[in-house]
Amino acid sequence: MIAPLVLWLVMPLLAVSIALAFVRLARGPSLPDRVVALDLLSTIGVGLIAAYVVFTGEVAYLDVALLVTLIAFLGTVALASYLEWR
Amino acid sequence: MAFVQELFAAVLLVLGALLLLIAAIGVVRMPDVFLRMSAVSKASSLGASLMLFAVAVALPDLSAAVRAVAAILFLFLTAPVASHLIGRAAYRRGVPRWRGMVVDDFAAYEQQRVRSISLPGAHQAEELGAQPGGWSGVQPPKESDSLSLS
Repeated sequence: MIAPLVLWLVMPLLAVSIALAFVRLARGPSLPDRVVALDLLSTIGVGLIAAYVVFTGEVAYLDVALLVTLIAFLGTVALASYLEWR
Repeated sequence: MAFVQELFAAVLLVLGALLLLIAAIGVVRMPDVFLRMSAVSKASSLGASLMLFAVAVALPDLSAAVRAVAAILFLFLTAPVASHLIGRAAYRRGVPRWRGMVVDDFAAYEQQRVRSISLPGAHQAEELGAQPGGWSGVQPPKESDSLSLS
């Protein structure tokens, strides 16, 4: 029951979200807008990995989700400090 | 039992995906960096956490549940810090704001910070007997204000 739901409802919703975040990443008038869009993209990636884990039952991808969260946080902090001090 | 578990996981997955979609719509439609950030930081962290919680509910594996809950905790710890840093950097760079913004509580603090940077040696001059506030009406900063920098 849950596999076709993930395939036909959850994944398209996440794909539309990624497309909208890319719109802001391309259009964003200032640099902080782009940083916000990148943060949103990584968070949507975490959600995508979670949906894929439910879809396939492959537990090893959860470590990938954890690492994506960590590296997105580090990247956001680095970009924010770059924006502040340059 | 398995059916209830699967139904609960499905509801959590759809709710999380809808919250991520709301965050994406907000980041496109909002007029301002700060409003975009407020849409992103709350809705996207809650959406991703709901999807990870669906993993913890759907899979019968205990280690998977522990890892999913650890990811949720990490997400809830880091998302506010990251958005706070982006917001402060955007404020200090002076990005254009929405004209409907009426409350700016950060402006007074920023003014004080700029004064405490632009007057180095104000404390020493006051200790040597100079009049406090003698520089064209500018008060020397208090100790607590200049310490809270960075």
